[in-house]
Amino acid sequence: MAKRVSASNVTAYYGGFKAIENINLTVEPKTVTALIGPSGCGKSTFLRSINRMHEVLPGARVEGSLTIDDQDIYDRDVDVTAVRRTIGMVFQRPNPFPTMSIFENVVAGLKLNGVRKKSILEDAAEKALRAANLWGEVKDRLGKPGAGLSGGQQQRLCIARTIAVEPQVVLMDEPCSALDPISTLAIEDLMFQLKDKFTIIIVTHNMQQAARVSDRTAFFSIEKTGDPGRLIEYDNTQKIFSNPSVKKTEDYITGRFG
Amino acid sequence: MTTTATSHRTRPPAQPDSLRAKRLPWYAAPAIAVAALALSAVIVYGTSIGGPVLVVVLAAILYLVGLFAAANAVEGRRSARNRTWSALIHSAFVLAVLPLVSVVWTLVSKGADRLDVNFFQTSMNNIGARDANGGAYHAIVGTLEQVGIATLITVPLGVLCAIYIVEYGRGKFAFAIRFFVDVMTGIPSIVSGLFVLAFWVLIVSPWFNDGRPSFSGFAAALALSVLMLPTIVRSTEEMLRLVPAPLREGAYALGVPKWKTILRVVLPTALPGIVTGVMLAIARAAGETAPVLLVAGGGAAINTNPFENNQSSLSLFVYQQAGDASKYAPARAWTAALTLVALVLILTIAAKLLARRNRLSR
Repeated sequence: MAKRVSASNVTAYYGGFKAIENINLTVEPKTVTALIGPSGCGKSTFLRSINRMHEVLPGARVEGSLTIDDQDIYDRDVDVTAVRRTIGMVFQRPNPFPTMSIFENVVAGLKLNGVRKKSILEDAAEKALRAANLWGEVKDRLGKPGAGLSGGQQQRLCIARTIAVEPQVVLMDEPCSALDPISTLAIEDLMFQLKDKFTIIIVTHNMQQAARVSDRTAFFSIEKTGDPGRLIEYDNTQKIFSNPSVKKTEDYITGRFG
Repeated sequence: MTTTATSHRTRPPAQPDSLRAKRLPWYAAPAIAVAALALSAVIVYGTSIGGPVLVVVLAAILYLVGLFAAANAVEGRRSARNRTWSALIHSAFVLAVLPLVSVVWTLVSKGADRLDVNFFQTSMNNIGARDANGGAYHAIVGTLEQVGIATLITVPLGVLCAIYIVEYGRGKFAFAIRFFVDVMTGIPSIVSGLFVLAFWVLIVSPWFNDGRPSFSGFAAALALSVLMLPTIVRSTEEMLRLVPAPLREGAYALGVPKWKTILRVVLPTALPGIVTGVMLAIARAAGETAPVLLVAGGGAAINTNPFENNQSSLSLFVYQQAGDASKYAPARAWTAALTLVALVLILTIAAKLLARRNRLSR
């Protein structure tokens, strides 16, 4: 059920500002791909354009083509909600719904899309929470508010919420940047397990993390502030971190730049 | 040219030799307060220039000056400023609460006279100037019905309008709506009453009433709606804007459509604030006299039908009784005023509890 994501000539704008230009890359199914690069280079913008979250902001638009298994998600007759159900997203800061309990948070995607039957919801919640390594910690307090969990637990709750709708691609926008090392480790372990079923694309500022979790790594960069971000190099993670073919990638990875 | 003032600001402050500093003893502040009061009393009564109010005001000023001087001498300048500002802020709080306490006390003490069962069971029908009884049943019915109908009209309209402005409105049209809502906030209640009088009572109501214009509680509800609507729109708008964008994005990312995100995620999150705004609007509407007088006409008898004939309301009842020549009328006015305040208070508490019914909010 995991799908191939393929971008060709993707250019994204915020109003008149061009944030990324001509991004071409293909992400294979059931792999983890890391997007790295300095702040403001357009990694998050690119990630958000993969599930059409970019256009949520007023004035933001995307050009070029982005396909999921040969289906262009920017076609005129494509249903945005279907795209987002197929391509889930985990955000930088955990954002559980404050008015909902842990259980309601996990099944929010199903419930708000019309699934009513309690037994289905309960099964889905347990499955998603187990997959997110959270079941053991919350199984006795599913009725308690989701906002009452610790930061790391909240983030795993958000991951459970995302995978409960059974997407085919999971996007993660710096999912560990607000978490401590133990929670980070838990989420990295989780990514290893999830890649059996999902295609995962993760934005991270932490290069050790990129090296640890990803199969392929894409390095983005900008010439100078105000210029659009470009894809500099995209290759196997091993190659990028040991023997990059572009000088700029090497400079960034060794800490000489950015 | 460098002045000494700028040169000493560019230098970092000197490091203190010790982390400890001298402190005024705990009894210093009360002692200064007593001394200020005594000194002030001596000055005011000694020169006989005023009464107890002046004593308190002068004592407050003397206390602030004394406190600053004492703290400055013992603890240093920063600490003296801190103490003086703390004292100022506390006195501002007392000043703000004073009128409120005074109003409540006046209402309770004067309203207690007629706070009997009879007051809540009878109307003013056939009550003459020499009758000691008579009550506000008709006015309570009127207030509840008029404010109730106005709430039923304005809450859906106002909340939907705010949702439009925050979630959907783009460009000039949304800006124009916001602008006119702001303008509406400033409409005096008498103007809204006149508008409903001219539009509803004189033009529309004859259609339902054999060609004759008719006062009604519903007309009053319409006038109150005009007053409540902008308050509800603005407060709901502010509350919706406070809902963090990541919550909306979280729902979108699950494939939830926009309208459902608004209904199931954004509105519940903003609900307590929206309820507060609605209650403020209700409290304002319940206290309006002029529109009710203009379009519902008032009346002494019980009329439970808001769509026909005159109706009274509590605030109108207070206005009429306060201006009545009967010696029994002022007591009725006070009790009605007390009832009105109690009614709004009960409604507010009930609404807050309802909004908190959600077991998850702490």
